[in-house]
Amino acid sequence: MAINFRHDVDAVLKDAKTQRKPVLLDFSAAPL
Amino acid sequence: MWPDERVVGFVNENFVPARVHVRDDAKAFKEYGERYKAPWTPTILLLDPDGVEHHRIEGFLPTDDLLAQLMLGRARIAFDAGQWAEAERRFREIVDRLPNTDAAAEALYWAGVAPYKATGDPASLKATGQAFKQRYKDTPWAKKASVWA
Repeated sequence: MAINFRHDVDAVLKDAKTQRKPVLLDFSAAPL
Repeated sequence: MWPDERVVGFVNENFVPARVHVRDDAKAFKEYGERYKAPWTPTILLLDPDGVEHHRIEGFLPTDDLLAQLMLGRARIAFDAGQWAEAERRFREIVDRLPNTDAAAEALYWAGVAPYKATGDPASLKATGQAFKQRYKDTPWAKKASVWA
């Protein structure tokens, strides 16, 4: 089980607006 | 920590998740870091569906504290939208499920505010002020609620 992070932030913001769902934006230095 | 299944489940259920990586996506990190004033990692922003920030988590946290902060941010989004009943339920869930986290005292405070905002009845504020005499007594939130008791 994992979080399906997406990397196109503008696309995520657009989708969130359409879905009326909040956004989690993670600024990370964690190993990929 | 991200691998924790409670955190993963909560994030997938409640948010559309996005990540910008400081090294692997340096251009995006610079662009969005400047847009959201987030120059440090780890930083997690919780935004409403219109992209407005409501909660910020900076620095590493143990799993329970991270989960509680994510729950706090989700509750805060409901609160700021005037969804008082949902906000109260979400704040109380933090106090009930993760009572030993730093977020719990803040959640207890706002769980008292939400019903007051809904009804104008100050009884919930008084009850919250009283509750802080029993728990979280050494937190800033107890000081803030002391005026209600």
